[in-house]
Amino acid sequence: MSTVTAPPSRARAITRKQHLSDRARAERRLARWLVAPAVIVMLAVTAYPIIDAIVLSLQRADLRFPNATKFIGLSNYGHVLTAPVWWQDVFHTVIITVISVSIQFVLGMALALVMHRVIFARGFVRGIALVPYGIVAVVAAESWQLAWSLQSGWIPKLLGLSGDPLSHTFGTYVAIIVTEVWKNTPFMALLLLAGLALVPDELQEAAKVDGATAWERFTKITLPLMKPAILVALLFRTLDAFRIFDTIYIFNQGAQGTESISMLNYNTLLDRLNLGLGSAVSVLLFLLVALIAFVFIKVFGAGAAPGTEAT
Amino acid sequence: MNRHKKQVGGWSLAIIVICVASLVPVLWIVFLSLKTPATATDGSFIPHQWTLSNYNDIFSTGIFTDALRNSIGIGLISTLLAVVIASSAAYAIARLDFPGKQLILLVALGVAMFPQISLVGPLYNLWRQIGLYDTWPGLIIPYMTFALPLSIYVLSAFFREIPWELEEAAQVDGATPFQAFRKVIVPLATPGIVTTFIIVFIICWNDFVFAISLTSTSAAQTVPAAISSFPGVSQFSVPYGDIAAAAVIVTIPVMLLVLIFQRRIVSGLTAGAVKG
Repeated sequence: MSTVTAPPSRARAITRKQHLSDRARAERRLARWLVAPAVIVMLAVTAYPIIDAIVLSLQRADLRFPNATKFIGLSNYGHVLTAPVWWQDVFHTVIITVISVSIQFVLGMALALVMHRVIFARGFVRGIALVPYGIVAVVAAESWQLAWSLQSGWIPKLLGLSGDPLSHTFGTYVAIIVTEVWKNTPFMALLLLAGLALVPDELQEAAKVDGATAWERFTKITLPLMKPAILVALLFRTLDAFRIFDTIYIFNQGAQGTESISMLNYNTLLDRLNLGLGSAVSVLLFLLVALIAFVFIKVFGAGAAPGTEAT
Repeated sequence: MNRHKKQVGGWSLAIIVICVASLVPVLWIVFLSLKTPATATDGSFIPHQWTLSNYNDIFSTGIFTDALRNSIGIGLISTLLAVVIASSAAYAIARLDFPGKQLILLVALGVAMFPQISLVGPLYNLWRQIGLYDTWPGLIIPYMTFALPLSIYVLSAFFREIPWELEEAAQVDGATPFQAFRKVIVPLATPGIVTTFIIVFIICWNDFVFAISLTSTSAAQTVPAAISSFPGVSQFSVPYGDIAAAAVIVTIPVMLLVLIFQRRIVSGLTAGAVKG
C-alpha cells in the first residue's frame, strides 16, 4: 500500500537506481488509484441516467399508468418533433440565449476592460462587480420579478407604465433577459479578464507610438489576441444560457410564451409524469447542447476547447 | 495635470455605474424585506415604514429553518466529498504521467456541459425506487458529481503551479518525508483547495434544478426550493416580505465568502477556465 500512497518524488528517490520502466509503471499504478474515484463517480452518476433516459425515451412510460409501459420505438421522438410546442420552445430558448449572451458579451467586455485598466480602487471594483455572481440564482430571479411586477415593484413606477409589464410576452422577455444579463455578466467579465491579462502591454505601447487610436488598438490588437478566451467565455455562457430554467421557473413557469426547452422538459417529466415523452425531450436537449459545443469547438477553433491544451 | 483629472473623472464615472448596476437589485430585495406587510406593495424603492417582522416570521416557521439546515448540511457534505475526490484526481493529472489523462479531462468537460435537467427524470425515477427521493444523499450525490469537473480543472491548475522540488529539497535538508509533505506541500496547496471549496460550495448552495425535482418535504428541501414555494397567509396573498427576508438570509453567507475571498475566486475561476 505504501507504494500506492507515496508521493512520486519519494518513489523516485527510492527507485532511482532501478530500471526506468519500473518507475513509470509505479507512477501509472498510483495515477490510476488517484483518478479512479472521480472517474467512477462521474460515470456512474451521469452514464447510468443517460442510458436510462435513452431506454425510457423508447418506451411508453407514464407514471400515471404504470401498467401500460411498453416498447414503442421512436414514436416518442416523432411526437415531440411534430409538436408545435417543441419548436416554439426551441425558438424561445434560442431568442433568450442569443440576445442575453450578446448583451453579456458587450457589457462583460466593458467590465473586464474597466477591471483591467482602472487606475485606482481596483480591489473595490472587482469586489463590487462580483456581487451579482454571489447572489443565489433563485434570489436574483425573485428580486427582479418582484421589481418588475406591477403589484410590488418599483420598475413599472419608474418607467411610468400603466399596465403590468409581466402580463405580456414582450415585457416578460425584457425582464427575463435583464435578469440573466445582470446575473451572468460578472462571470463573462472574469473569463474575458483572464484573456486580457495575456495581451502584452508592449504591443499596445508600440501601436500607440505608431499613432493607432484606442479603438484601433482594441479591434486590431486586443480582440485578435483574446480570441481563445473569448471563445471559451462564449461557449460556457451559451451552453449555460441554453439550459435556462431557474429564472423562467421563478418568473412564471413558462407562461406568456416564455417556456424554454428545460422548462418543457421539467413540466413533461414532473408535472405530467410522462417519463417516456419527457426522456425524449431530455435526449433531444442533450443532443442540441452537444451540437452547440461541437460547433464552437470544431468551427470556431479547436484551441478553444478547455482541457485540450492541458498536459 | 488636467489630463490626469479627466482620467480620474472618467474612471470614477465607470465605478459609479458599476456600483449602481451591481447593487440596486440587492438593495431592492433588502428594502423589500424591511417593509411592513401593508406597505410591501406600494412600489416605492425605499420603505416608508421599516420593520424586522418579516425576519421574525421566517425564523418562527419550520419551513425556512429546516430548509436552512438542509442547505448548510447538504452543501458542506457535497463540497467536502467533491474536493477530496477531485484533489486526488487533480494531483495525478498535474504531477503524474499516465495514459488516459486527456480522456479524463474530456469526460469531465462532458459532465460540465451536460444539461442537468436531462438527468432529472431518470434520477427522479431511480431515487423513488431505491428510497433516495427526498433525502440528503439524494441531493448530495448529484451535487458532488456536477461539482467534480470544475473542481478538477481548478485544482489541477493550482497544483501545476506548486514548486514540488521544494519537497525533495526539504528532505535533502534532513526532513522526514512526512515532515516535508506537511511543512512544505500542505501550506502551498492550501490556497488552491480553499478556493475550490468556496467555488464548489457556492455552486451547491445555488442549485435549484435538483432541489426542486428531487425533494418534496422539509426532510431535504433546500432554501432555493423552499423560497420558490413559500406559502402565503392565504392562497391569494403573495408573502413578499417573507420571500425577500429569506432571500436576504440565504444571500448573506455567499456574499461574505465572495467579498472576503474575491481575489482567490477570481484567480481560481479564471485559472480553471483558461489554463484548463
